[in-house]
Amino acid sequence: MWFLGRVWGRAPGQSMGEPILKLKGVSRSFGDFVAVDRVSLNIRSGSITGLIGPNGAGKSTLFNVIAGDLAPSAGRVVFDEQDISGFASERRFAAGLGRTFQIPRPFKRMSVLENVMLAPLDQDGEGLLAAVLGRARIRAQEAAIRKRALEVLDFVTLHPLADQPAGKISGGQMKLLELARVLMGDPKLILLDEPAAGVNPALTEVLIGKIEELNRDGKTFLIIEHDMDFVMRHCDPVIALAEGCVIFEGTAAEAQSNPVLLDVYLGAPVDA
Amino acid sequence: MIGFISYLVFFSTVAAILAIAVLGLNLQWGNTGLFNGGIVASFGAGAYGTLILGGTPQDGHLGGFELFYPLALAGGMAFAGGLAWVVGRLTLRLRHDYLAIATFGVAVAFENVMRNATGVTGGAQGIRGFERPLQNLLGSGFSYNLVFLVAVLAFLALVYVFLERLTVSPFGRLLRAIREDETAARSLGKSPDRVRLAAFVTGSVIIGLAGGLYGTFYAFVSPQDVLPILTFQIWAMLIVGGAGNNRGAMAGAFLIWGAWTFSGWALSRFAPVEAQLYTGSIQFVLIGMVIVGMLLWRPQGLFPERLVVSQPGVDTGNKQRD
Repeated sequence: MWFLGRVWGRAPGQSMGEPILKLKGVSRSFGDFVAVDRVSLNIRSGSITGLIGPNGAGKSTLFNVIAGDLAPSAGRVVFDEQDISGFASERRFAAGLGRTFQIPRPFKRMSVLENVMLAPLDQDGEGLLAAVLGRARIRAQEAAIRKRALEVLDFVTLHPLADQPAGKISGGQMKLLELARVLMGDPKLILLDEPAAGVNPALTEVLIGKIEELNRDGKTFLIIEHDMDFVMRHCDPVIALAEGCVIFEGTAAEAQSNPVLLDVYLGAPVDA
Repeated sequence: MIGFISYLVFFSTVAAILAIAVLGLNLQWGNTGLFNGGIVASFGAGAYGTLILGGTPQDGHLGGFELFYPLALAGGMAFAGGLAWVVGRLTLRLRHDYLAIATFGVAVAFENVMRNATGVTGGAQGIRGFERPLQNLLGSGFSYNLVFLVAVLAFLALVYVFLERLTVSPFGRLLRAIREDETAARSLGKSPDRVRLAAFVTGSVIIGLAGGLYGTFYAFVSPQDVLPILTFQIWAMLIVGGAGNNRGAMAGAFLIWGAWTFSGWALSRFAPVEAQLYTGSIQFVLIGMVIVGMLLWRPQGLFPERLVVSQPGVDTGNKQRD
């Protein structure tokens, strides 16, 4: 592509911090189909970056490449000054990259609390022998994990549901639960896949409130979202993909008046 | 009366041995979601291993190492664990029904090897010449069987306590998470492959213990003891009892073994003469119906899995407000 490596529309000297995630010429194809085509972009530390684009633009593929569920066909993913292109998804969480799923994936036949308590890394009791033999040490660790899990559940307003089976809570609550699980790992960058999709407006407001609160505390977010209203109100900067390429990068205000973007969206209406 | 008690002891011994195997399967399926269709391979490995290591020298097959009994039993368990490790490394990337097919195939292969590797396993004749531990002290009558039952129940209790501890530990939580959603577990930094293998091998070692005790009890094992029907029986026990619930698994073992024994007796007693030849097959049909019926009408089993809170008894600071 002729704009390989070029970053579109970014205002120079943005107030955000240094890039925490850098994509360098990332491509991903499925057979002959190129879903993501040499995408290069930076996600600035401390931002809530919105990733938009019409259906089939390659958003989810790009998201999965960043999250580690798909390996890039070409290019590099650099997170926090570390090349994580070859990292399996489980190593990315340890590196400080948390993600949620478009269709929530709670551990259904486990309590909400257990779902959250699972997440911390390096739990001594996760070894088979330690689990049976080192019970005193694990008990102390469990108490600490439990305390923190309840605090995080309290933060995402799910504390009253701690003892419920996670499969029995609403879809919106599942999204909050996924956020809670991810927060247990204290990631630097949180990837949210359509956080507002299929969630009732009241819970969406709760979720947005939590995202902005976390953002003020220094967490960076990369959010894929179909709901343009959501993106325009809460995300800055906004990155747009179409046919696997970055077609726009800039502020929400710029996005709303960008002719290329309008054309893409008018040409292929978004189903929110 | 003495006859009845004696039979009850015999029945309980076999049921308790099978209950150990069901607990092993519960770790694999109930907790981790591993569809092991080859239970008899672990069971047989434990039985053959124990008898070969602990037996007296025989012409015609391997064995006669006359090891101290606990060592022989541990050897049988290690054999089952080693086999499971190899099988696990090869097949655990498979999911669900594919894993079941692969492990079922391994079990059938195991039976065929036992049947045909005559020089090692005694072939269709099986392993003979095993002397049960403490037999010269206790004789081989009722008192021996009673002591053996107590020993088996002690093993059952030990395995139960071990697994209950495991279930409430972070390791148990990890198993359940992998059972529920491997992708989500991966996204939270967990490595499902390592954990699945650990659960598969541990469950197989426990099933191998059951096999070792079974071989010890009969002082004999042959390919007839490792037929696929045993896999289905053990599955029926877990499904009826309640996958994910260790107490349910044990209850299911006694229930199904009781039903199996009773149906065999009832068929031989009441079935018309021309059907007598087929009582075994009728039992197979019955056990299949029990499995299907349970899955249709009460898939959670008689004793459903309880939601585990990792430290039971600690108040979460709120009552359910719904």
